[in-house]
Amino acid sequence: MSAPAASDPTKPSPPPRPEMGIRRGLASRIVGRTGGGLAAVLLALIALFWLMPTFGLLVSSLRDPQEMSKSGWWKVLGKPSDLTFSNYDKLLDNKDMTRAFFNTIWITVPSTLLVILIGSLAAYAFAWLEFPGRDWLFLVVVGLLVVPVQVALIPISKLYGDTGLFGTITGVVLFHVAFGLPFAVFLLRNYFAGIPRDLLEAARMDGGTDLTIFFRVILPLGLPAIASLGIFQFLWVWNDMLIALIYADTESAPLTVALQSQSRAFGANIDVLAPGAFLSLIVPVLVFFGFQRYFVQGVMAGAVK
Amino acid sequence: MAEVVLDGVGKVYTDGTRAVTSLDLTVADGEFLVLVGPSGCGKTTALRMVAGLEEISEGTVSIGDRVVNRVPSRDRDVAMVFQSYALYPHLNVRDNIGFGLRLRKLPKTEIRERVDRAARTLGLAEHLGRKPRQLSGGQRQRVAMGRAIVREPQAFLMDEPLSNLDAKLRVQMRAQIARLTRELGVTTLYVTHDQTEAMTLGDRVAVMKKGVLQQVAPPQELYDHPVNLFVAGFIGSPAMNLLTGALTRDEAGDFAVDVGSQRLSVPAEVLAARPALAGYAGRSLIVGIRPEDLHDAALEGAEPAPGAVLRAEADLVEAMGSEVLVHVSVDAPPAVTEDVQELARDVGAEEQVPDPDAAHSELVARFGPRTRAREGAGVVMRVATDRLHFFDPETGLSITEDA
Repeated sequence: MSAPAASDPTKPSPPPRPEMGIRRGLASRIVGRTGGGLAAVLLALIALFWLMPTFGLLVSSLRDPQEMSKSGWWKVLGKPSDLTFSNYDKLLDNKDMTRAFFNTIWITVPSTLLVILIGSLAAYAFAWLEFPGRDWLFLVVVGLLVVPVQVALIPISKLYGDTGLFGTITGVVLFHVAFGLPFAVFLLRNYFAGIPRDLLEAARMDGGTDLTIFFRVILPLGLPAIASLGIFQFLWVWNDMLIALIYADTESAPLTVALQSQSRAFGANIDVLAPGAFLSLIVPVLVFFGFQRYFVQGVMAGAVK
Repeated sequence: MAEVVLDGVGKVYTDGTRAVTSLDLTVADGEFLVLVGPSGCGKTTALRMVAGLEEISEGTVSIGDRVVNRVPSRDRDVAMVFQSYALYPHLNVRDNIGFGLRLRKLPKTEIRERVDRAARTLGLAEHLGRKPRQLSGGQRQRVAMGRAIVREPQAFLMDEPLSNLDAKLRVQMRAQIARLTRELGVTTLYVTHDQTEAMTLGDRVAVMKKGVLQQVAPPQELYDHPVNLFVAGFIGSPAMNLLTGALTRDEAGDFAVDVGSQRLSVPAEVLAARPALAGYAGRSLIVGIRPEDLHDAALEGAEPAPGAVLRAEADLVEAMGSEVLVHVSVDAPPAVTEDVQELARDVGAEEQVPDPDAAHSELVARFGPRTRAREGAGVVMRVATDRLHFFDPETGLSITEDA
C-alpha cells in the first residue's frame, strides 16, 4: 500500500490533501474516493447492471418453457405467480444432467485438493529447504506458467491413449493438476517465503521436524494464500470445458460439457440449459463465500516484534 | 542443566565471509554468560551455532558431554528466545508456550500443568487465551520467555531478547530475567549489544570484536582491568577517556605521564601492578581515565596533591540529576586506533572520530550533583591516579606484566 502516488506517469497526481499528511498510493486514493455517496450509487448501478444476465438466467430457469418461447424473461416480473420449480424437478430427474453434475464434483474436488497439497509441499521446499539448484528449478516452474494448455492437448491425448486414461475422470483430473501446479507453486512459494524465518527457527528449536513445521506452522499461516489458490483452482476446473470436452467421454463428462451438448444450432433446450447453468454457477459462489473469511488480512500480526 | 563448551569454533559463510574466528568459550553449568559486542561482531552467529540454526564451519560445540555439531536443533535440548519473540500468531498464549511440549508428545495433563506454572511465574495466567497480536510488547516478550522455561532445557539461548522493548520496560524485564534465571539456575548464553545489560545480567561477560573473542571475565573485572582498548572503550558509559600521553622518568626514578602540558604522577602501586610500564619510559602511550576517576576538586575542599590535577575549561555540562557530566578539553592529542574507530562505527559516529593529529581532546568527567562547574568556566579536576589505565599505542593492549 506504500506505492508512491506519483507512480502513474500518464497523469499528474493531484497534490495530496494537507490533512492526509503522508502521500498515499493510487489504489488507496481510488478506494478512498469510493466512500462518497455518489460513487456508492454509481458502483451499485454498475454492479446491478453486471448482475443482470445472471438474474435473467435465474428467472428464466424458474419459468415455464412454453412461456419462455413466447416472451422475454422480464415479463414474469409483473406476474411472479407464474414462477415454478418444475424445470429443476425435471433437471433432477434427468440422469445425464445429474451424472454430469457429480462428475464435475469428482473432477473439481480432487483437482483442487491435489493442487493444494502438492503445491504447498513444493512451495515449502522452494521457500525454506536448501538444496542445490533450488532457485534454478523454481525458475523452471515459473517458466512453465507460460506454456499454454493447447500445446499439450495432442501429446497428452497420445499418452492417455497408451495408458488407458483417455475418457476417464482420472485423466481429466491429472491434466488439471499438472496445469494448475506451476501457478500454485509460484503463488504459495512467494507467500511462504514471506513468513518470518524466526517462526520456523522457533519451531525447529521447539522440536519440530520439517513435516511438523509444515503442518503446524506453515499451513495455518499460509491459509490466506491457500484459500485464494483453492478458489482460483476450483473455479478454473469447475468452469473448464476444453479439457473435459477432449479427455472425458459421455460417461465422465462434467456439467459444462453436458450443457453444451444440450444447445442446438437453432433454438435450445432452455428448460434444461437455464437451471443447469444456474446450478453450475451457484456452487462456486457458495465456495467463494465459504472461504471468504480466510482472505482477511493481518493473520501474521503479533508474530514478531 | 549442562555445561556449554565452544572449542575453536569458527564460521565461514559460503561466500567466504568470516563471521567467527576460533572462539573458545565455556559456559559453566548454571552460569549466566553474556556475549556482548558491536553489531556484526559475530555474537549472534556464535549463538546460532550453539542453537543448531547455523552450521559450524570449524571447531566443536558441546552441550553437556555431547558434541552437537551434527545434532539437529530439535535434539540439542536447548531453548531459544528470539529478538523478534517469534510467537506463533495463529496460536493463543497457552498453545504458544506449550508448543514444544506438544511436539515432544507429553501427556496433556502434564503440558497443562507446566504451562500453568510457567504462566504464573511470568504473570501471564490471565492472558492464556489471547492471541499474540492482542498482547503488549512486554507480554509478548514474557510469552517468548515462557516458551523457553516450560521446556526445562539444558540451556537457554537468548538473542537480544530485550532490544524491542522501550527503555523503561527493558529495565523492568532485565530485572525479571535476572531473577528468573537465578531461580532456575539454568545455563544461559545471552547475546546483546547493550553493555549495561551485559554488566547487570552476566555472571561473566565475553566481549567480541569482528568475530574474535577479546576478553571473558566477571563484569567488575572487565570494567577494572580491560585487556585492550576495545574492551576499555566498549564497557562503561560514558566511555573511558582515551588520550595520548608520554611516560617520563625523573632523576629520583619516579614515573609520571605527560598529558599535553600537564603532568600526572604515576603512583608506585600502579607501577607495581604493571611492571611492563617501566619499559615505556620516554615513549608515548595511551592513557585511559574513567569519567568517575575525575573528581571535582572544588567539591572536595582540600587542595589536591600536585601531580594529580588536570585543569581544563568546561565545554558542556550535562546535569543528569544524580550526577553531572562535564565535558572538558585538554591539550593532549586524542588516542585514535583501529579499536577507537571500530567503537565509533558501532554507535554510528564514524565522522566524529577525532583527528589523531589534533592538539586537543575531549574528556568526560562524572561529577557529583553539587558541582559548580559551568560551561565556559575553568575546572580543576583531581585525577585518581591509582586507577589510570595504560595501553600500548601500537597493539592497543593493556600494558601489564608482560613486556
